[in-house]
Amino acid sequence: MRFSALKRDERAGYEGHIVPASSLLEVAKALRDEDGFDLLSSVTAVDYLTDNEEEESFFEVVYHLYKSTGGGAEVLRVQVPRENPVVPSLVELYPGADFQEREAWDLMGIKFEGHPDLRRILMWEGFAGHPLRKDWKEVYFEEEAKPFGNRWPGGQVYRVEDQNPYGKNNQYPDGFDPESWVETEDPLLYENLEKAAREYTEDIDTEQVVVNLGPQHPSTHGVFRMAVRLDGETIVALKPVMGYLHRNHEKIGERNTYIMNMPFTDRLDYLASMSNNFGYALAVEKLMGDKVAPPERAEYLRVIMAELTRISNHLWAIGFLLNDLGAFFTPALYAIEERELILDIFEATAGSRMMCNYFRFGGVARDLPAGILPRMKDLVNERLPRKIDELDLYLSENELVRSRGEGVGIITPEDAIAFSATGPVLRASGVPYDIRRADPYSIYDRFKFDVAVRYHGDVYDRYMIRVDEMRQSLRILKQALKDLPEGEILTGHNPYQVRVPAGEAYGRVEGPKGELGYYIVSNGKPSPWRYHVRAPSFINLTILEKMCVGQKVADVVVNLGSIDIVLGEVDR
Amino acid sequence: MYGLGILKGMWVTLTHFVDTFVDDLRWLGRRYYTPEGIAHRSSKDSRGIFTVQYPEEKLPVPEEFRYIPFLIYDIDENGEHQDRCTSCGICAKVCPPQCIWIVRTEDPETKRPVPEPVEFFIDIDICMNCGYCSEYCPFQAIRMDHDYELSSFDRHAEHIFNKERLSKPAAYYNEIRPVNFAIDEAERAEKAAKKAGN
Repeated sequence: MRFSALKRDERAGYEGHIVPASSLLEVAKALRDEDGFDLLSSVTAVDYLTDNEEEESFFEVVYHLYKSTGGGAEVLRVQVPRENPVVPSLVELYPGADFQEREAWDLMGIKFEGHPDLRRILMWEGFAGHPLRKDWKEVYFEEEAKPFGNRWPGGQVYRVEDQNPYGKNNQYPDGFDPESWVETEDPLLYENLEKAAREYTEDIDTEQVVVNLGPQHPSTHGVFRMAVRLDGETIVALKPVMGYLHRNHEKIGERNTYIMNMPFTDRLDYLASMSNNFGYALAVEKLMGDKVAPPERAEYLRVIMAELTRISNHLWAIGFLLNDLGAFFTPALYAIEERELILDIFEATAGSRMMCNYFRFGGVARDLPAGILPRMKDLVNERLPRKIDELDLYLSENELVRSRGEGVGIITPEDAIAFSATGPVLRASGVPYDIRRADPYSIYDRFKFDVAVRYHGDVYDRYMIRVDEMRQSLRILKQALKDLPEGEILTGHNPYQVRVPAGEAYGRVEGPKGELGYYIVSNGKPSPWRYHVRAPSFINLTILEKMCVGQKVADVVVNLGSIDIVLGEVDR
Repeated sequence: MYGLGILKGMWVTLTHFVDTFVDDLRWLGRRYYTPEGIAHRSSKDSRGIFTVQYPEEKLPVPEEFRYIPFLIYDIDENGEHQDRCTSCGICAKVCPPQCIWIVRTEDPETKRPVPEPVEFFIDIDICMNCGYCSEYCPFQAIRMDHDYELSSFDRHAEHIFNKERLSKPAAYYNEIRPVNFAIDEAERAEKAAKKAGN
């Protein structure tokens, strides 16, 4: 290793290098510029709190770096004392670290020195403490980990809200009085907007206005807010505000046992629950090792379900992008007709249309029921190609779609990589980075398909790339359905309590919206010690401001629609 | 030609419109409110819309569909209800949102546990319909229901299901999930045979 500062991580089950905080920037810069690790995939923090007198408690900030040309990860870790956790910010080198560092500050309380706008991102300012710290407890705290002791054998039922009546279900920081509270967060936000605005205005002195799009706004696909500063109709600054749907998925995940997290992952990106299951299963299987390697049939079923999910997600994305363009609901309803039939297949196989909970460690939960395979083949060979061609004919050449989409919200390939954009957003900018190819998982290396790529990086290309990707997914599906072998669908006997050896794993899949990663730290107990979700919708939003500045306010809505976010995943 | 794209799009909308009526005519009156009609509408041969006129017509629920668990009891030769549940507590332990509460029966004299529940509660407001309780139950005693029309006027009074509300006969299970029922019966017979063999 070129750096004397780098130390190989020698804990059992860990990989990567430990870097002292002081030389993080230097190491990251060299990795980016000399070794080509230009894509900062995930930034997160782990609280290694211990009661053991002899061991030291510390925070560890974990960075997963990848090359945009493909290959495995370089994992960097910075360990900082719990009393004063300060880490230099990577925003200068990797702008994509922006929201992720804010999240780590918000939930774990790590200060990132040099971050331009280190505010809470998911919580609000009247929130006491940093909830992902291991010594933080919610007001309705029951026990450190499930299953709770009072459910069985003497389970006297009670209602959660009776235990925590309104007014007593919240805790505030010291000296915080919600009655006399004066908002400081929003003024701070507006101040940031103003700063950006001053930089922009050059010549005539016109009055600029701040407009809040959302949180209640039909174009935001949920409760999402964009504070924009306008010069006439031109955007001069934009800040996304999120967290309205926040439920601290990660803390819940750390109280859950491993198997309990599977249905919770369905609720992240609720339009693509099979993909969410996939990533989580991969991460835990990585930790558990070969004894849970899924059998052939299960691997095929996984791929089939994941690709069907991608198609249903893209149908939805296209439909609602057109909604955002003002073509109210006709394209959307045409697009989601076939999605309905895909959901029928999920319902018949997994038991639920959207909350599938279909994957298990070492396979899948159920085999295909009788009669579903012909239906799938009909769908894949007849209806879906027909529908995609129809949408293509219906929309792609439409002059209005083209004039609203071409040249709007351009992302250059350099920016897309720097801002850690993944999925269709990255590929529409001319970077052919698809994890199914770049770092193959499951059995994707067996299928013939092309990585869809478009080169203009505008809204129209982000629409077209979804059409292309659906066609590629169909190719994969046709091969998978043809080769689907008979046999077992699960390795082992599916115990209700799995044993996961100590260590860490980062499992990632190419979700419909981008790279969906799960970072899991196990200490050998029934629940994960750390459970982090690298949510593509959330991180793809980092580039939103860059896309919108200089454009008209009407294009903001379209730009947001072309990223394709789901708030269940953004807010987690 | 400018405007050609829009015309193409309008052509698609028009075909949708026409296709629906053509299909209606071809299926004269049988396209709606009949099981074959529903099946046809979502098949590969169908063109046009396939709106379902809920609640007048309902999509058939596939066997694997899961919604809120129920407890199964068998009826013995005396007509008495025999709970399959032994209150082992695995469902309560594996339940992700922890919405199952079980009270185990104790023998009044010896204070030893008796394998049946005194009470069994499920808070259906919290239940996330994941199906784990059914999947991991070693006694085929708890299974997922098909009844999804559960709205009520007072959730405080009605949404914690007790054992009485949850219990349903094995015949009902056979009715909604015949394939699963057969698998379960085979497994139970095997277990019983093993027990008798010992």
